[in-house]
Amino acid sequence: MSENEPLLSVQNMEKHFPVTKGLFKRQVGAVKAVDGISFEVFKGETLGLVGESGCGKSTTGRLVTRLLEPTAGKIVFEGEDISHMSQGRLRPLRRDMQMIFQDPYSSLNPRHTVGAIVGAPFRIQGVKTENGVKKAVQDILELVGLSPEHYNRYPHEFSGGQRQRIGIARTLALKPKLIIADEPVSALDVSIQAQVVNLLEDLQKELDLTYVVIAHDLSVVRHISDRVAVMYLGKIVEIADRKRLYSAPMHPYTNALMSAVPVPDPKVRRDRERIRLKGDVPSPLNPPPACRFHTRCWKAQEICKKVEPPLAEMVGGHQVACHFPENAPEVPTAESAAKTG
Amino acid sequence: MSFLDVKDLKIHFPTDDGLVKSVDGLSFGVERGKTLGIVGESGSGKSVTSQSILGLHKGGRARLSGEIWLDGEELIEASTEHVRSLRGKKMAMIFQDPLSSMHPYYTVGQQIIEAYRIHNDVSKQVARKHAIDMLGRVGIPEPAKRVDSYPHEFSGGMRQRAMIAMALSCDPELLIADEPTTALDVTVQAQILDLMRDLQREFNSALIIITHDLGVVAELSDDILVMYGGKCVEYGTAEDVFYRPEHPYTWGLLGSMPRLDREPTERLLPIKGSPPSLINVPPGCAFHPRCPYAERTGDRATTEVPALAETEGGHLVRCHMSREERRGLWENEIKPVLETQ
Repeated sequence: MSENEPLLSVQNMEKHFPVTKGLFKRQVGAVKAVDGISFEVFKGETLGLVGESGCGKSTTGRLVTRLLEPTAGKIVFEGEDISHMSQGRLRPLRRDMQMIFQDPYSSLNPRHTVGAIVGAPFRIQGVKTENGVKKAVQDILELVGLSPEHYNRYPHEFSGGQRQRIGIARTLALKPKLIIADEPVSALDVSIQAQVVNLLEDLQKELDLTYVVIAHDLSVVRHISDRVAVMYLGKIVEIADRKRLYSAPMHPYTNALMSAVPVPDPKVRRDRERIRLKGDVPSPLNPPPACRFHTRCWKAQEICKKVEPPLAEMVGGHQVACHFPENAPEVPTAESAAKTG
Repeated sequence: MSFLDVKDLKIHFPTDDGLVKSVDGLSFGVERGKTLGIVGESGSGKSVTSQSILGLHKGGRARLSGEIWLDGEELIEASTEHVRSLRGKKMAMIFQDPLSSMHPYYTVGQQIIEAYRIHNDVSKQVARKHAIDMLGRVGIPEPAKRVDSYPHEFSGGMRQRAMIAMALSCDPELLIADEPTTALDVTVQAQILDLMRDLQREFNSALIIITHDLGVVAELSDDILVMYGGKCVEYGTAEDVFYRPEHPYTWGLLGSMPRLDREPTERLLPIKGSPPSLINVPPGCAFHPRCPYAERTGDRATTEVPALAETEGGHLVRCHMSREERRGLWENEIKPVLETQ
């Protein structure tokens, strides 16, 4: 595969969940969980997906792994359109596309041993291994930092961090190309979070994995991602490489999110001017028209209520959907050209 | 004596598997108008401590010993009825999950009014006015209308505000917030933290904030208590703990956390292993199995529980290493690595 060809490409993907009422389940509305988003994921990179609860980031993860079927739009994985593929035809593809779940307590079957859990992908996909499934499973357990002797134990015998490792081992069993990690560390203690983040990074290097990491924690996402997409109410409002996004965020929402993160430095809190957003995230059942952020934005003007800003590229791969972006490159190019010239 | 003074508090739970020593000899104090942050991972005993101050373990299976002095009154020996009469007016608590800590059958207003009328001999109309006033103060829009809403009709952030309004309705002198913002999105978390700071200033109450998030602690606290395995391992001012930490566990917490205010590092510096079970707290220093410096103190690490000793001006550390050794490690090994982040 060439450098420029994305491993995963999503075009105008939508997912609307119908809201029904009454005896005949008449549809009275739709929750627009994901409402027309486009992005690409390239081989070997990590794309971070951040946003607050209800912004559609988890739905996005479930759509690209086709646990859900999109209402509209296209999902292309390795050059193949999988947006409406049947479950039967998807099955062989599942090997290449796996998911890590948030809650290590509910994502592992309590009645199955670790060996059965991590070995399940081999059985389901009918994969033959050289020295038997058991050996393969034990190798993977070692890879994620567990001991091969854990093969016959049950999930309840493990701590939260170890369980997350079991989940990761299961994900890695068939050497997938793309891994969607939905809040992989948010259920873990601080000291364990760091262990799992480091493990994910090591595995990426070792096995040449591609990640889409979905998280609400901006600092974790910055640490792990190469590029970051910020979502708000079913839309991507900004997408850029990590350095650019965190050093010069353009969308007011991204700015607000970053300034809201508490800084672990007692001196900083006293000097810092924080952007205070008004109110809560509006309901995705009735999202505000045009720019969805205008109800909470301090820069909002008339145009924001009438015209939806498109996700447009500003500088070198930095896309933002805003009429009045911050940190925008200077418009009078003649002047700056004269300076440099 | 401080406004709240806890001396050698022990809370043990007998279970079928053995004695769970949730809190094992904890002492601290909080003055009016000051904020104490209690930090620790799950199972460190931080929540049990706060519950016992409110007397929520009275009459249960817990074995309590030690002393809790609130404004010159001892609470462990006091009768259940007496402690109940103090709740609300003298001390109040904000819980982590507002949905499960509010009564679903009563409106938010009814719940505030009930608490207010227990402590104040006023008519329903007056109490209702007060409830509306409180809801407005915590930033709930249209409080006169929302006072008749049920908890499920509120969003997460609003519910948390309503609970803060409930806790503050009788102007408590001691307010305990147990993970008050963990369930909330960052932008809402920022609003709630600002609100708590403003209200504390206004009421001049003593505030204890319990959390695993060092960022939240740094935002609010004057003093910080770090708990590990039911014991205090480090105690000092916010500046002491963030700029001159001396316990390896505190170093580990600081190294585990990706930070937005610094350049990203290649790798996080996690603490190895996982937090101990409170049934089998490791002998000697509870942190020794995870401590990278445990060998430095030889057998003492595994045989002798280190004393919580003062290092300088009220800064307490529970570690076998000498003061000079710890400071040397921090200045030469830990701090340079953390600061390059």
